[in-house]
Amino acid sequence: MSETPVAEMNFEDAMRELERVVGALDRGDVALDESIKLYERGAELKARCEALLKDAEEKVAAITLDGDGTPTGTTPVEGM
Amino acid sequence: MSDLLDDPMPGQNSPEFTVSEISGAVKKTIEGAFGRIRVRGEVGRVFKARSGHLYYDVKDDRNVLSCTTWKGQVAGLSVVPEEGLEVVVTGRLTAFGAQSKYNMNVDEVAVAGQGALMALLEKRKKQLAAEGLFEPARKKPLPYLPEIIGVVTSPSGAVIRDILHRLRDRFPRKVLIWPVAVQGEACAREVARAIDGFNRLTPGGALPRPDLLIVARGGGSIEDLWGFNEEIVARAAAASAIPLISAVGHETDTTLIDFVSDKRAPTPTAAAELAVPVRHELLAWVDQQGARLSRAVSHGLTQRGQRLRDLARALPRAETLLDTPRQRLDRAGDLLPRALSRGIDSRRLDLQRKAGPLRPQLLRVMIDRRRDALNAQQKRLVTAAPTREIQRRKDRLADLEKRLKEAHLRRIDQRRDKLIALDRLRETLGYQATLERGYAVVWGDGKLVTTTKAAQSASELEIQFADGRMSPDGKPAQQKKPKSKPPEQGSLF
Repeated sequence: MSETPVAEMNFEDAMRELERVVGALDRGDVALDESIKLYERGAELKARCEALLKDAEEKVAAITLDGDGTPTGTTPVEGM
Repeated sequence: MSDLLDDPMPGQNSPEFTVSEISGAVKKTIEGAFGRIRVRGEVGRVFKARSGHLYYDVKDDRNVLSCTTWKGQVAGLSVVPEEGLEVVVTGRLTAFGAQSKYNMNVDEVAVAGQGALMALLEKRKKQLAAEGLFEPARKKPLPYLPEIIGVVTSPSGAVIRDILHRLRDRFPRKVLIWPVAVQGEACAREVARAIDGFNRLTPGGALPRPDLLIVARGGGSIEDLWGFNEEIVARAAAASAIPLISAVGHETDTTLIDFVSDKRAPTPTAAAELAVPVRHELLAWVDQQGARLSRAVSHGLTQRGQRLRDLARALPRAETLLDTPRQRLDRAGDLLPRALSRGIDSRRLDLQRKAGPLRPQLLRVMIDRRRDALNAQQKRLVTAAPTREIQRRKDRLADLEKRLKEAHLRRIDQRRDKLIALDRLRETLGYQATLERGYAVVWGDGKLVTTTKAAQSASELEIQFADGRMSPDGKPAQQKKPKSKPPEQGSLF
């Protein structure tokens, strides 16, 4: 699981991995140099989670349909 | 005038119609008199013609009304008539002159009454359940944080507003609304089409494909919600590859789509809550994880430092470790030269003691003694050769032979002596000895005569004396009897 690049992880995966890293460090049963590596990975995961959380933009659009009910495009929806 | 004459009987002046005329008149009358009407009844026999037109009966306990829905109208029916279903049909009465029949052209069918609707719903539920569409194993997990949420609902109204509000509160997302009619005959068709349409979009396209769908409608009567009980809607929801949340009506309303959706929300607001997590909670969680991360690392370092110090304290000084061995070394070093000379001394003494009796003379005496013993043995060996034994046996044989001969001779002598003795005894005991003492023996005809009678009967008598025989008349006997004297037996040897 540690093979997936952090930058490509979705929020859920990054979150689960961060949880695992923190759990491993909390247990304190990892070697010192391993714990440094874990910390670095944890920091990276945290940054990824934060970036994904900040990227929370509301954008609402309604699909426009032609006479047959086939979608033709969108029209912004505002004021709701 | 002639008109009057042509009227033979009163009442016979009514106009005369052709069949087509009257058919047309009837049709016009029926259509005109009733207009658009609603009729309630139970659906009887249903027949769908190859042309696509639908023919069926609607009946009550006494009468039957033929109904027709043309091919183009069938798609617009919110409920397709099924035999046994209690319905209200809407349309116009008309007549079919070619068969002298009247019927109703129906363009709308509604299920009559809640009981009938519930019965129909139960029937559909059973059918879809039998197909396995309600299986829990079919349910897809909802994405934890969807990027784009597709909402199938009415574009206006409280429902979409509730959903958008709740999404904004929790985690603002991109939302695509697919506008549909949420009641009426178009509802089912449009909703099914929207679900299918969202699934057809390509991810990341101009119209990006959502990763979560919400099908929502506010509360209403069972008839209002009926579109979501239609089979096409349920099948579209079941077929959706995108995880789907259904939120139709209030909490107490359960529609067919709720059974096939991946998650059922009791209200549209609840659907928004199921759809996204709360952003600020996640931010707090991430902060917390970051803090735990730092704490764990620094704690780990502190702990290791502490442990290192503890261990260092427990570690003894190198000098003290060496004290005892060094002392032992010194003592051993002192003792070493003395021990060496003492060891040599004691060994030398031992050597002298053992080397004392060890002289060449001793060895020579020993050799001589052994040589003598050897010679003696050798001598004994010569005399003890087998010839001696042979000689011994030979001697013994000669000895035995001699003894045998002697014993034999002795035995012959013994027998001879015994024989002589026995003969002597025989002679003593025999009558001839008595002859010496004066007795005589009388023989008659060669036999011994002991009685007078025998003597008288004998033709010739002989008397035997010690010195020989004679007849009583004094003539010497003719025959001498030597048998009384056994021949002398010579020695066997």
